[in-house]
Amino acid sequence: MGIFILRRLGVMLLTALCLTFIVFWLTNLYPNLEKLAKTQGNFRMSDEAVSSYLGDRGYLQPMPVKFGQWLGVMPGWVTEKDDGRTFGRCFPEGTPEAERPTRCGVLQGDWGFSTVFKDDVGPTVATRLALTGKLMLCVLLLMVPSALIVGVLAGMREGSNLDRSLSTFSIATTATPEYVSGVIFIALLASSKFGLSPLLAEWGWIDGKTLFLGSATSAMADANFWNFFLPVLTISLYGMGYIARMTRASMAEVMTAQYIRTARLKGVKFSDIVLKHALRNALIAPFTVIMLQIPWLLNGVVIVETLFNYKGFGWLLVQAASNNDIELLLAVSVVSVVVVLVTQLISDIGYVYLNPRIRIS
Amino acid sequence: MDPLTWTGSLSGLNIIFLAVLGLLALTIVVSILTSLVPSSGTRAVGSDGTLASDTGAAGFISMVLGYLFYALIALVLVYLIGGIILGTGAGIFGGMARQFLPVWIALILTFVLSITYKRRLGLYGKLFDSTVGMIGFGIVMFWVFTGVFGGVFDMLITHDSLSQVSGMKNKLPGTPLRGAEEGEYQWFLLGGDNLARDVFSRLIKGSWVVVQIAPMATLFAFMVGITLGLPAGYYGGRLDTVLSFLANLILAFPVILLFYLLVTPEIVLTGIPNYMAMFLFIFPLIFVAILLNSRFYTQPSFRTPLLIVVLGVLGWLYLSMISNDGSIVQTDTYRIPGLPSFLDGFDIDAGILVVFVSVVFVNSPTVFRIVRGLALDIKTRDYVAAAQTRGEGPWYIMLWEILPNARGPLIVDFCLRIGYTTILLGTLGFFGLGLESESPDWGSTINAGRRLLALYPHAAIAPALALLSLVLGLNLLADGLREESLRD
Repeated sequence: MGIFILRRLGVMLLTALCLTFIVFWLTNLYPNLEKLAKTQGNFRMSDEAVSSYLGDRGYLQPMPVKFGQWLGVMPGWVTEKDDGRTFGRCFPEGTPEAERPTRCGVLQGDWGFSTVFKDDVGPTVATRLALTGKLMLCVLLLMVPSALIVGVLAGMREGSNLDRSLSTFSIATTATPEYVSGVIFIALLASSKFGLSPLLAEWGWIDGKTLFLGSATSAMADANFWNFFLPVLTISLYGMGYIARMTRASMAEVMTAQYIRTARLKGVKFSDIVLKHALRNALIAPFTVIMLQIPWLLNGVVIVETLFNYKGFGWLLVQAASNNDIELLLAVSVVSVVVVLVTQLISDIGYVYLNPRIRIS
Repeated sequence: MDPLTWTGSLSGLNIIFLAVLGLLALTIVVSILTSLVPSSGTRAVGSDGTLASDTGAAGFISMVLGYLFYALIALVLVYLIGGIILGTGAGIFGGMARQFLPVWIALILTFVLSITYKRRLGLYGKLFDSTVGMIGFGIVMFWVFTGVFGGVFDMLITHDSLSQVSGMKNKLPGTPLRGAEEGEYQWFLLGGDNLARDVFSRLIKGSWVVVQIAPMATLFAFMVGITLGLPAGYYGGRLDTVLSFLANLILAFPVILLFYLLVTPEIVLTGIPNYMAMFLFIFPLIFVAILLNSRFYTQPSFRTPLLIVVLGVLGWLYLSMISNDGSIVQTDTYRIPGLPSFLDGFDIDAGILVVFVSVVFVNSPTVFRIVRGLALDIKTRDYVAAAQTRGEGPWYIMLWEILPNARGPLIVDFCLRIGYTTILLGTLGFFGLGLESESPDWGSTINAGRRLLALYPHAAIAPALALLSLVLGLNLLADGLREESLRD
């Protein structure tokens, strides 16, 4: 087991390195750099001005050198201007020579400087990640139990009316991407002119103008049911159908197993069969699915945060990518790649622990 | 000219429709609740010793459910037929039903022909044995016909999808056109968007974008996935390790990040999409060449002309596809010459190409993994061993023994994946990537409509519901196919 985890960690590290290099390469292509220079400087820069701007800031070095500098294994660039100003990757203008560090990169814990937010990347990503963490936690709390309940209820009597209705429901949710369900929810529940809210307000059932708030900006500081439920529901719904279908398949398979028949013939109550005999075995497969679903939630997070204007990690990704903020984008992709790989690892290890029939030697 | 209501002169039926709908929902809830309580009908022993049992309360409820369902369908049909006859006299729905008349005719023809000959049509014919599959197929074909009739022949649309009509900005569905001229359609059936364009016509034009790109992109992804996945699964070893690592690498990328990196005007300038197109579009050629060669290499006199003709046609298509204005890659500093313009069959817009390429790129690793898994499973079967003993080549075994036996899961996944590709295309449109902002595709329209969602939801709701129904149809179709392919 130890060797298995070590090997997986090695592959993970290699994957993360490859992926960050790809992101690095794509963001450092010359047209992207030109756009960066023009948005940072001004839009009417001449070609010479662009190349001197980029050259001064070390953007025109060879790709592996730049990547090494970002990683912190190569000494950072230092530019000495003709007028005697000296600045570099690791120190601003006017730092005395003795205090200039040679290397600064991810290995030294320096994630760089965001050109969009004019701030250090590390703290920026951390605050946004905390906000998204809150969102994700709520999503998991809503999505996992309801998906498991739907799946178990559908799978315990295959072919019944309950099964058919719940299966249709889960198919419908997997067919509804976040940007569709979000739009429908806002129009139906959070619009003061259409949908349910005006009706309910007229009857005096709700205090405010709308049942839910269509924007989650206020939920960043203070999340409550009114302003946070719609984004959470929108993300949960799309992921839920898939987990529910997997749970249903797994439950239906378990219910046809020999030991369930034995329990039935012994005269065990149906509820006891489901809860005590079937459930534990039926939940092995959904566990891995849930873990593998987390990276997919990341997509949903980006869409929903854009739609509901919740300034979290997904919003940060959109900002970084649309402005070609190289170092911020790299940090964002490192975080998301690590999330993907760690969940894969956890799902593999968890599967081995939960399923005694599988042993890794 | 008065604004249209939703159902016009058929509005007397609305109360019945709502009542049936409400009863149906109620019955479904009741039937779910009763299914939680175990019950059985009473049994009676007949005088001749036979046992007779009635179906009990559950049976009664499911019978009611069935009748209510048929009543609902009958009512919908009344609305449709009434709409076709009365046109806008039956309100917005009526107007739409009449506009869609060619689609209804095509759908009815398809269904009548398919059901008549279903026993001769293989898996496709078996689809018509399953209700779910038929519903899914119906929805999918509805959008396919809409896309073809509306997008290619300009038949169903009421107005030009790009022209802005003064005074129609953000107007509600059914608003009459101000100062409409003779012969012009008098209403905006689904209202106007924030640039005063007709939502209904844009919806129809948008379906063509999806119907065009999604199946083709999925097909290319399958070609790539099959061509790489079969040898990875069959040979295993180092080839498998390398290819699987690459596939996992792409899969570990968050899709949206990848889109944001690949689908930008700056990346188009560097020519990377063209290189990717060159790489990804060659796979169908390789696939077909190996497929035919492995089968007919024992008869060179037949194989050689066949390959020349087939590869000639495919090669011309390939070169037309990747070359634009006589060059394959055109950047500021260099260009790679391609097919000269007079031989170039068709040009693909750079925006569409980059969308297409990135969707194929994102989809193919998943297909690769599925095909690899299937190949790993099937290569242990006896018929593969028999073929190996006969001395067949590895590619013959992969393409003519393993692949046909993996077709069931692959066809099902193909349907599901078209749905997923549709979602991806919508995502791209939602973030305003790739296609130009006035493009009528559903994702871009949702993106344009979401800013005023709380005030004028119709501009975003219409394409959202369209996308939802298409993907739902594809999912139901896949479900029906899975059911039917498991049956034999």
